[in-house]
Amino acid sequence: MSDLLKMTATQAVSSLSQKEISSVELTNAYIDAMETTSALNNYVTPTIEIAKQMAENADKAYAAGSAGPLAGLPIGVKDLFCTKDTQTTACSGILKGFTPTYESTVTSQIWQSGGVMLGKLNCDEFAMGSSNETSIFGPAVNPWSAKDGAALSAGGSSGGSASSVAAGSALMSVGTDTGGSIRQPAAFCGVVGLKPTYGRCSRWGIVAFASSLDQAGPFTRTVGDSALIFSAMAGHDSKDSTSASVGVPNFSDVVNSSVEGMRIGIPGEYHMDGMDDEITRIWKQGRSWLEQAGATIVDISLPHTRYALPCYYIIAPAEASSNLARYDGVRYGNRVDAETLDEMYEATRAAGFGEEVQRRILIGTYALSAGYYDAYYLKAQQVRRLIKQDFDSAFNNVDAILTPTTPTAAFELGAKISDPITMYLNDIFTVPANLAGIPGISVPAGLSKQGLPLGLQLLAAPFREDRLFSVASAIETQAQFSLAPARAAGELS
Amino acid sequence: MAVDKHAVKKIARLARLQISEEKSELLSADLGNILNWIEQLEEVDTTGIEPLASVNEHSLPWREDLVTDGEINDQVLKNAPETAGEFFVVPKVVE
Amino acid sequence: MSALVSGRTGDWEIVIGMEVHAQVVSNAKLFSGSSAVFGASPNHHVSLVDAAMPGMLPVINAECVKQAVITGLGLNAKINKFSVFDRKNYFYADLPQGYQISQFKHPIVGEGEVQIELADGSSHIIGIERLHLEQDAGKSLHDQHPSKSYIDLNRSGVALMEIVSKPEMHSAEQAAAYIKKLRSILRYLGTCDGNMEEGSLRADVNVSVRKPGEPLGTRTETKNLNSVRFIMQTIEYEVQRQIELIEDGGAVTQETRLFDTTTGMTRTMRGKEDAHDYRYFPDPDLLPLNFDDAFIADLKKDMPELPDEIKSRMVTEYGLSSYDANVLTEEKEVAAFYELASAGRDRKITANWMSVELFGALNKAGIDLAQSPVSPEQLGGLVDLISDGSISGKIAKEVFADMFETGKDAKQVVEEKGLKQVSDEGAITSMIDEVLASNQDKVDEYRSGKDKLFGFFVGQVMKASKGQANPGMVNQILKQKLDT
Repeated sequence: MSDLLKMTATQAVSSLSQKEISSVELTNAYIDAMETTSALNNYVTPTIEIAKQMAENADKAYAAGSAGPLAGLPIGVKDLFCTKDTQTTACSGILKGFTPTYESTVTSQIWQSGGVMLGKLNCDEFAMGSSNETSIFGPAVNPWSAKDGAALSAGGSSGGSASSVAAGSALMSVGTDTGGSIRQPAAFCGVVGLKPTYGRCSRWGIVAFASSLDQAGPFTRTVGDSALIFSAMAGHDSKDSTSASVGVPNFSDVVNSSVEGMRIGIPGEYHMDGMDDEITRIWKQGRSWLEQAGATIVDISLPHTRYALPCYYIIAPAEASSNLARYDGVRYGNRVDAETLDEMYEATRAAGFGEEVQRRILIGTYALSAGYYDAYYLKAQQVRRLIKQDFDSAFNNVDAILTPTTPTAAFELGAKISDPITMYLNDIFTVPANLAGIPGISVPAGLSKQGLPLGLQLLAAPFREDRLFSVASAIETQAQFSLAPARAAGELS
Repeated sequence: MAVDKHAVKKIARLARLQISEEKSELLSADLGNILNWIEQLEEVDTTGIEPLASVNEHSLPWREDLVTDGEINDQVLKNAPETAGEFFVVPKVVE
Repeated sequence: MSALVSGRTGDWEIVIGMEVHAQVVSNAKLFSGSSAVFGASPNHHVSLVDAAMPGMLPVINAECVKQAVITGLGLNAKINKFSVFDRKNYFYADLPQGYQISQFKHPIVGEGEVQIELADGSSHIIGIERLHLEQDAGKSLHDQHPSKSYIDLNRSGVALMEIVSKPEMHSAEQAAAYIKKLRSILRYLGTCDGNMEEGSLRADVNVSVRKPGEPLGTRTETKNLNSVRFIMQTIEYEVQRQIELIEDGGAVTQETRLFDTTTGMTRTMRGKEDAHDYRYFPDPDLLPLNFDDAFIADLKKDMPELPDEIKSRMVTEYGLSSYDANVLTEEKEVAAFYELASAGRDRKITANWMSVELFGALNKAGIDLAQSPVSPEQLGGLVDLISDGSISGKIAKEVFADMFETGKDAKQVVEEKGLKQVSDEGAITSMIDEVLASNQDKVDEYRSGKDKLFGFFVGQVMKASKGQANPGMVNQILKQKLDT
């Protein structure tokens, strides 16, 4: 495989600044990689010409000394972000062919920082799923394969985003996380995935799934790369009323700070019955690494953990059922004609939305409907407050919390898709952070006995991503995780 | 909590989703299972707990009363499946 | 005191409630930056947010919040420092989001009241239940094509204040007085222009009937009435329909109805059989609306005077009749004109001149007060000349007509036309002497009992003076002379 593709973003920035390589060269290498890894089905809309043009612009910027922090870095974008004049589908039939006339705030900031757009990445339809199997474009495939060669899920909903970074067909990518959709695929694919604090990154221009839970975040190979791109993505946006007015420090500065003296919480409730031995092992490993690095391990309790999943599966579908009402075939999207307006709506939405999306819309509609609102939606909001309070208390006592990211390593495609609840259980460790609005990061910690990546998750108090970067970095240093097997599986030369 | 076919049809109607007879049977089972699973929440004592609608701590920000948008009718109509002049077009509604 | 309607089986009491939708006066829409101004080409005043494109988010307009609070203060209502925006979910072509952002459980304004005056002089308090902010919907045109409807989203997202009354009106007359008063208050405050024809003020009317003393009957709701006349017609029709229905053994169905302006009847809205389940929940794209007492106090400080306050002042301080005060405060502009015209001079005379002469002339010419060729100061000038005796009331009319036509000041007209009233006792006495002298026979007739001839003599003196003799003085001196 080309040396160009082996560089981290941090290394690439250095090489580009020192004119050792050009942006065009780097981008071309990634464009080739997109081709050779096309079987992974990561890119649903490649933007080759745009990428080449942006790379040229980056080179000009470097020459003029005006290059931004991400100048020349080839980046993939989950097809949930509206990108101006480039098809944006949310991987749904209802939006196939939709071309926004506007750019999302987060991607806008990335391009303004000099990033190069390689294309739109595969994901679960409307971000609803944990395996990228509900996409109309077919599943995104994990570059790591099972020992018997069976194709594995890249996780979801941001499967394409995780897989492309692991396979070396994107240097970095952006995705969204509503219940774990960045962290879980990151763990499955062996890359770093960050879900920022709710309100850190603007939601303007991102196809909304569950408004009080959605948050944009990066996929990268290293923690250092994550801090680099995150600094460019974050920031207050007056067009988003839920956007936080907090300053964005240069997160790269904190990546290598010592964890000595930091208090790391281990929540007892995250020990699930029947949890995979491998997961238990890697969790213990992480704990001992941090101890070695000088951190103090503290046993903590997050008593309402087990209610997080059912709580999430009321709130998220409820908000989604309302957010997806605009997909009605009137102003955009694919319409199915009919005699009356209502028939047109029903036919359009039935044809345009996949099974999982329809299922969640129905659950959400039910949970909000007359007679059920108090028992379901209101109750879930109360439980949500309790979950948040659990974390608030915990963070009075510890600086970060260490947990596994997922209950298992990547599973085979098709293995879990038939039973919704089995699929939902994938999010068991990730969902609480979305409900509480706190930041979380998944960092690759090792391989399972089957040779598949295992991730560890760190959680921190609101707006304390700095702590996540320090602790994740400490784990990364100890884990010495390599993406080589994935790239081999992705068949890069 | 079982969700019978009739309830499924009612909910589907509210959500403007056409569901076939066959599908409504499958969904009835699916939804029933999911709702059963969700009902664990009843175990939680939430007496006196305020519902949490937002994790944001800040107040609703206000914008100034300035016209900063609009006059983009070409963009607004660009992706429409059917238009007539500058209007969106839908099947006729009879009130 | 409720007006009762007599049916076949006895008397019936009418119960009316009204939900008024008032478009907020603001430059931009409630949650987006596009223009809220009426009349643009279709889909021009539409932003990506208004069109509910994927990924769009609402941001609240400060002016709309202020206007709602000011309106609440004008309704003597409780202002809620904490309120929440909820999504009201339903599907319709003119509702791009598939939900309307409204306020359900926690509106920005709570209970208040409006005072109405009826023609018989009676006064009633109509309670206000609440006022909340919400988005207006777009417009559907159903008559442009045989099988298609055309959608214009210009109005979509414009701020509305929904003002809900308590069901405390009991006649069409009361309902009419209520909406007129409400409209007047909104216009005085500048929070809504009250233009019913253009749709910036619309009413939904809830009507039910019951035998006095019985619990409330089932009510129907008739939506989107945009004139006082239609509101009254709707009420009258619904009351009759419901009474007849019940007396014939039937029952009133709780439903939404539409008023047909051509037939003057209401009918069931088609396709509304299934009850709406709006699935209200707090909008997760917004946070609760919060403001403090200082914010409210600030708005209160700069609030314009309300019609009731002005009316009260006119009656107690200026000595105007209640009726006149009503006429002069019906519109803010009228009251302002009057205030200017009457300042520092006879309030009653000015009031009279405005409500009778000026309005009469404006009506005849078919123009508004805003287009009056006579300014408030000019009217005042005319009143001054009457007050100081320079001209008589009768001459003043002639002067006014000239002023109206030419736009000249009263003084100028009087001078140019030589219309100054003669109040010189000597001059009048000599005129009277002349008249009496030339009409000796009539003088004798008068002295022998024909009292009516007094008017003849007055007339002759006025004629001789070209109308300029001070009538009071003429009367006085003539009487003196004739009765001796």
